[in-house]
Amino acid sequence: MIPWFAALAAVLILIGLYVSFFVAPTDATQGEVYRIIFIHVPAAWMSMLCFVLMAAYSALGLALNARLSYMMAAALAPTGALFTFICLWTGSFWGRPTWGTWWEWDARMTSELILLFLYIGYLALRGAIDDPRRADRASALLALVGVINVPIIYFSVKWWNTLHQGASVSITRAPSMAATMLLGMMIMALAFWMYTIAVVLARVRCEILERDAAARERFTGAQA
Amino acid sequence: MISGFFQLIKRELLLAVRRRGDVLSLLVFFVIVVSLFPFGVGPELETLREIASGVVWVAALLATMLSLSRLFANDYADGALEQLVLLPMPLTLMVLAKIVAHWLLTGLPLALVAPLLGLQYGLTGVPLLVMSLAIAAGSPALSAIGAIGAALTLGLRGGGVLLSLLVLPLFVPILIFGAGAVDAAVHGAAFGAHLLLLSACSIAALVLAPLASAAALRIAIE
Repeated sequence: MIPWFAALAAVLILIGLYVSFFVAPTDATQGEVYRIIFIHVPAAWMSMLCFVLMAAYSALGLALNARLSYMMAAALAPTGALFTFICLWTGSFWGRPTWGTWWEWDARMTSELILLFLYIGYLALRGAIDDPRRADRASALLALVGVINVPIIYFSVKWWNTLHQGASVSITRAPSMAATMLLGMMIMALAFWMYTIAVVLARVRCEILERDAAARERFTGAQA
Repeated sequence: MISGFFQLIKRELLLAVRRRGDVLSLLVFFVIVVSLFPFGVGPELETLREIASGVVWVAALLATMLSLSRLFANDYADGALEQLVLLPMPLTLMVLAKIVAHWLLTGLPLALVAPLLGLQYGLTGVPLLVMSLAIAAGSPALSAIGAIGAALTLGLRGGGVLLSLLVLPLFVPILIFGAGAVDAAVHGAAFGAHLLLLSACSIAALVLAPLASAAALRIAIE
């Protein structure tokens, strides 16, 4: 399965990049710069989707005590963190020419940053626990706590932001978007999906093999 | 069961009285952190008045976070925690007792000391009172959310730093509402909504967080 998804991801990224660079028209107000959107927005979608999926797998793991769901949750985390980082990075590059600033304490950016912190906390907690069973369950619990908090954080930040400064920057542009632009974004989003599936499956396979090897080692060690 | 709950709180308070240094050093930490800022920012009272709410709140967050590692760690080290888990009462209630005791020993003293620090920052009158109230209303949520982190990181290497990584992002809403209340009071605006939101956060956290940290404790000591 992995090569299929990887190949799909590669093909879709090529098509998506072609559409976004050569087919989609130049934006009337922002010029060529807006083309960052084709990476930025799909990455933002994936960063949030990965967290929700992670929490869902964690809940499944805690409810059914299924090791595979824990592994899926753990495998999603690095990819989610990566997309969160890409989203922040490209957003920063996009903000510089259009808003004239690298960083704005905008509600979405700030909560995306906190999302990155949550991912890092999750990964750090997993990394600190040696016992895989405890690591699985503790990090699953953390993911659930995190997913409950993300909306609260989003709304509090939004409220704080509007209180501090009038909406100086709005990323919610008018919905008038050329169909080809939307197409390019959708293709890129799909490509990121395929990439995520391929990478997560590969990571889970490694994890299974590692645990298998560790278990076998324990077994033969006990016999000897 | 209820008497057991109060017995537990009494036990925690007794332990704290026997080791007074812990609470005192926490307060001193809080005072030192807040007092450091004028050295970095400059002594102009105008500037200090603007940043007072944020500085005091961030220092309160840090102080709470530092005290969290003690929440379960001492009992874990001497084996008392396993006995507590075996008590004939719901684990959630045991955790709630711990959280309440923790708030009495950190949140409440911080709230009482905060107005003094506000004076240093050129605040007078109502904002001082609001600062105290806001910390008193918001810190139960800090203790409750922090208990989840403390239970998750129980007995892990690098526990302190890890705990801050887990807990600080979750403290953001409390910081926003808490500093918002003080800011509003400083600028003479209505601060009631902030205080109510803080209280709402605390109540929700006190209901939900014990469930999560009880689950985390079970994972940690099984």
